[in-house]
Amino acid sequence: MAKIVAGISTSHVPAVGHAVDSGRTQDDYWKPMFAGYEFSKQWVKDNPADVDIIVYNDHASYFGMDIMPTFAMGIAEKYEICDEGYGPRPVPVVEGHPELATHLAASLILDDFDMTVLNRLEVDHGLTVPMSLMYGQPEKWPTKVIPLPVNVVMNPQPSGERCLALGKAIRDAVQQFDGDLTVRIWGTGGMSHQIQGARAGLINTPWDTKFLDDLINDPETLKYKPHLEYMIEAGSEGVELIMWLIMRGALGDKVNEVYRFYHVPASNTAVGHLILTPQD
Amino acid sequence: MKPNFEQYKDIPGTTIYTIELARQGFQLNEFCMSLRTEENRKRFHADERAYLDEWDMSEDQKQAVLTRDFQKMLDLGGNVYFLSKIFAAEGMSYVQAVSTMTDMNVEQYQAMMVAGGRNIEGWRSKKERGEA
Ligand SMILES: [Fe+2]
Repeated sequence: MAKIVAGISTSHVPAVGHAVDSGRTQDDYWKPMFAGYEFSKQWVKDNPADVDIIVYNDHASYFGMDIMPTFAMGIAEKYEICDEGYGPRPVPVVEGHPELATHLAASLILDDFDMTVLNRLEVDHGLTVPMSLMYGQPEKWPTKVIPLPVNVVMNPQPSGERCLALGKAIRDAVQQFDGDLTVRIWGTGGMSHQIQGARAGLINTPWDTKFLDDLINDPETLKYKPHLEYMIEAGSEGVELIMWLIMRGALGDKVNEVYRFYHVPASNTAVGHLILTPQD
Repeated sequence: MKPNFEQYKDIPGTTIYTIELARQGFQLNEFCMSLRTEENRKRFHADERAYLDEWDMSEDQKQAVLTRDFQKMLDLGGNVYFLSKIFAAEGMSYVQAVSTMTDMNVEQYQAMMVAGGRNIEGWRSKKERGEA
């Protein structure tokens, strides 16, 4: 049986990737933010897993508007890195886990989640920046990855209720896999930020804090939080936080809060980060 | 469920990229996507007008690109993640590009972010601000 052993959530700010790639993580501006991830880098070393399911969104890097899947899953052997307008990030290719991924995609479709199946995918900062934060700059990433892109760019995005339910279905599907694997699930993006219009730069720390508390202790209350509230209170791009609900749904009713970090700013964004473990 | 796009229009200084706007901005965003290769970035920078004329964009959309009027591009169906290909290709950061849509210069904007970001008080509703 495969088992979900931890949930990791983190913002995925592109400028954080630039700071890593250009060796500026110890600059005055970046130092306090990267210091907040030191615990986590050690923790993932001490608590290794075989596979990371990474819930993220593509930022007009691979999909564009030709095809805009609401929920998709990568089932490929490997994922190359996107050119987002300034050349691909110098990070290792991301290796997939086709056996678990095909099982998951099939299970989810049978459970009425109409996943788009991706045999080809290039991944952008939404997926690679969290990996850099947790794993640093290795020659080769330490885990296999199953990318789970979610549309959070074009409104309507999937509802919070649907995201939480998808997480629960992922938990069941992982447990039904015939093979011994330890699996982590990651929710990425957020927290409050707005990167467009006259209201750009919005940060709402009290709202973010309440979201973190509710996500950990009372996730069912987030089910009916309307997207309008995310957009007003956490900024137009704060709606990315619905991806954290997928992570949380996959962890079961009760979780242990292993670690929490919050920092403002990284570029235009409030950085939030959690490590959670399921209680059963 | 019937979509309610109207509800997003009361958020001040914010353009929500809806499926309707996405339709309107499709060619503009497609042009942006084309800048994901070095070859196309070079061609665009060599003759912006000629490159834009290869796309079935409105004249307003082309003018907004030529003048780097990002707010205008948003209004005409562009989305910031797509538009980022334009400014990234010029070595511009999100902070630099985003600040041009506010009433601040980039130094003031950066100072606001370092001080904790824009406070939401007064920024929840156009009606509240007397803008609608
Ligand atoms: Fe994002």
